Amino acid sequence: MSDQDRRDERPPGAGELEPRAEAPPPGDPIPDPGLPEEFPRPSDVDPALERRYERQVAGMFGLATLLTLGFCVAYFAVPEDQTLFGFDALNFTLGMTLGGALLLIGLGAVQWARQLMHNEEIDEHRHSIASSEEDRAAALAITTTSAAESGLGRRTMIRNSLFGALGVLGLPTVILLRDLGPLPTDESLRTTVWTKGMRVVNDVAGTPIRPEDLELGQLVNAEPAVLVPTGDPEQDEEIGVLHGVELLNAKAKAAVILVRIDPQEITPPAGREDWDVAGILCYSKICTHVGCPISLWEQQTHNVLCPCHQSTFDLADGGKVTFGPAHRPLPQLQLGVDAEGYLIAMGDFQEQVGPSYPELGRD
Amino acid sequence: MSDSPTVSKPIEETKTGKAAAGPVKWLDEQVRLATLVKVFGRKVFPDHPTFLLGEIALWSFVVLLLSGTFLTFWFIPSQGEVIYDGSYAPLRGLEMSEAYASTLHLSFEVRGGLLMRQIHHWSAMIFIAGLTIHMLRHFFTGAYRKPRELNWLIGIGIFALAIVEGFAGYSLPDDLLSGTGLRIAEGLMRSIPIVGTYISYFVFGGEFPGDDLVARLFIVHVLLIPGILVALITLHLILVFYQKHTQWPGPGRTEHNVVGPPMLPIYAAKAGGFFFIVFGVCTLLSALFQINAVWNYGPYNPAEVTAGSQPDWYMGWLEGGLRIMPNWETTIFGWTFSWNIFVPGVLLFGVLVTLLALYPFVERWVTGDEREHHLLERPRNAPVRTALGVAGITAYGLLWAAGGNDILAVWFHVSIYQITWFMRFAVFIGPVIAFIVTKRICIALQRKDRDIVLHGFETGIIVRSPDGEYTERHAPVTPGEAYRLTEHERVSVAELPAETDENGVRAPVRRIDKVRARASGFFFRDVVNKPTREELEEAHHHGDGEQPEIEADADDSFRGVTETGVPRSH
Repeated sequence: MSDQDRRDERPPGAGELEPRAEAPPPGDPIPDPGLPEEFPRPSDVDPALERRYERQVAGMFGLATLLTLGFCVAYFAVPEDQTLFGFDALNFTLGMTLGGALLLIGLGAVQWARQLMHNEEIDEHRHSIASSEEDRAAALAITTTSAAESGLGRRTMIRNSLFGALGVLGLPTVILLRDLGPLPTDESLRTTVWTKGMRVVNDVAGTPIRPEDLELGQLVNAEPAVLVPTGDPEQDEEIGVLHGVELLNAKAKAAVILVRIDPQEITPPAGREDWDVAGILCYSKICTHVGCPISLWEQQTHNVLCPCHQSTFDLADGGKVTFGPAHRPLPQLQLGVDAEGYLIAMGDFQEQVGPSYPELGRD
Repeated sequence: MSDSPTVSKPIEETKTGKAAAGPVKWLDEQVRLATLVKVFGRKVFPDHPTFLLGEIALWSFVVLLLSGTFLTFWFIPSQGEVIYDGSYAPLRGLEMSEAYASTLHLSFEVRGGLLMRQIHHWSAMIFIAGLTIHMLRHFFTGAYRKPRELNWLIGIGIFALAIVEGFAGYSLPDDLLSGTGLRIAEGLMRSIPIVGTYISYFVFGGEFPGDDLVARLFIVHVLLIPGILVALITLHLILVFYQKHTQWPGPGRTEHNVVGPPMLPIYAAKAGGFFFIVFGVCTLLSALFQINAVWNYGPYNPAEVTAGSQPDWYMGWLEGGLRIMPNWETTIFGWTFSWNIFVPGVLLFGVLVTLLALYPFVERWVTGDEREHHLLERPRNAPVRTALGVAGITAYGLLWAAGGNDILAVWFHVSIYQITWFMRFAVFIGPVIAFIVTKRICIALQRKDRDIVLHGFETGIIVRSPDGEYTERHAPVTPGEAYRLTEHERVSVAELPAETDENGVRAPVRRIDKVRARASGFFFRDVVNKPTREELEEAHHHGDGEQPEIEADADDSFRGVTETGVPRSH
């Protein structure tokens, strides 16, 4: 084959790595036999097969054209909100036509290259990457000259003052980012919207909850009254319901769970003996690990499990951690009952709600 | 016979050629086009299926740029509250952010919008998968060795940024799932010692969730990180071009050449075609498999979460670390250190990236190998490197599985606590077992190669000699195959310099040399070297008369025999 000649002529390798000698290096048992001869593909010797591949590739491109046109038709013709073979009809037809067209164009091009294009391999010489000694010497000479011409080495006062001027440019870069956010305050970190007397309400409808609404073993997701719109603007106004970002920020700290446990089974921590109302306990819903809302309640064991990282807290035992990566117990909220018989908070949480942070143990 | 291109009519005399002559001449006078074509037109690209992995990553990145641009025409990066009144009935009337409402609008009212969203998400998964496996291919074949250490580092940068970029992307729709991811991210920021609270307040513009983050993440996701990624990927490719691609060893393939099809036309056709294949596959996946159906989760609400919340696959290993880490937290001088969050959530990612970045330099120091390498190494011929890689994959895989411990618990009906406890130990023990087993497998494969070179293939033909002895007939391998099995370098453990110099004067061995000698022993002690020429000759004489010899002039087409004893040929 003609390409054999081309393989053998290698550019002269002056100033490069020593080419491997004919005989193997000492210890190498087998000499390099050189590139194997290339054999023609079936399509190179069989004109009928060659024509078949030609038709095949052209067929793929032709079908791709049709599918692309089909995409354009489907865009206008397929109505939204329809299903096809259980798929969203528009998404399915658009995706299948466009995807099919793209895939066929790609497969056609690759098949063309594989079966029909001249497929000889070329043996190209590889130069060593590092510069030659002459080039290195020349580069050093240029650097020396330019350093001398600029006086960078000689005029140290100019040089050092320039470095200083460039160095302090880093400061505005950092300082300019200062207003990305307010500095953390104790109030924002440590307090929630819970205050003494605030009603504990259902987290969907905003209805206040009486102790008798909870059955034994039941867990209810609840919120402070200011975080759930009641649907009645006047009433909302009266309660002072928050909206928008204030609502979300407050909710991220103040969401709670109510649970009713047989008082016999509760072992309250010291000082919290009267924090329940007839066996109803209130805990923060925000996991003390990284802040996911806790929601998986296991009635038999009184355990509540965080669905994100499986921290498990025993609600009958002061919310203490029984398993998982959380370190601190779930903060408990002291409950009371107002004059109308609804559950209210007796104050804010006394422990930190949500994930830990560096200043947690300070003050 | 393939028609030789040399007999065709010169291009400048064809009709197309004449039509294009003017513009091409104009372009040549602007950018010296002819020289570019001369230099790069027949540039060689070695061919191997594993070389496609990088192309998968590259082309899926292009798909990401195209589909992402489409999405920005409708997506509104704002957390301003609106009341949803679009066509998706279950959410109508709900308060939600403009980001979420516009994502719903893209999914339900913009024709092709859902398809593009799904293409964007699928190609992101494929991009990160492709570049991760591409990186593993480079690791296991030693492709990162000199002179490609710089390009390896660029690749690690792309790997790390791609993960951050992916996370930023799926945090944008502001649905319940993405908000849960951000809630966790906020917890991770807070765990950073000393400055954590400040970082969290600066990133979120105050308390979590605030109303600044989506707008900030948007510009990070569509401009900042993609800009850096485009720059790094361009640099990555320029270096591949400039340094020429590595190649697998074989007859005629040396450190001083590069063998394969030329850029024009074969490589251009295949690589260009492959772009359409990757795009097509992403599109078909998006037509057939729903991904990130944001309307199912509802708008973000810090008091809600869905059970079985899972991040995208590439965050799974960090999620696993968070799940299995014991609940350690300490207070030192009044500062709280949340090791339970910081170690798996922040430190682990840094450790992985650092280890990956340093590995080529550590190996270079241990082996003392300062030469250029352009031939890839077969993984078996570097048993310790291969075993380290598999150990790393095992640790990653176990952490990843731990990230789905709730799903595993449901599937296998096992207690989630037992799985967690198992994983806590398995992430340390598993890699050690994987290391030992992989190293042994590599050494066994080296031994097999050595046997094949010395004695040829086993044919399965049992021959009985006149005196009753049974032997198995071995068939020789071709010179090409024998060369392929022996082209790699012989390695030996670096020896400590002598305690005394040639004049008998005491020359203390530095501690660093001792460490290096030990490391060298760790790397090379158990390697099975290829046979020497003497051993080969010895083996030939040993089998005299009965065993066919390996001869340089053996029939080239003979490649041993099949299991049934039929000679194999091309």
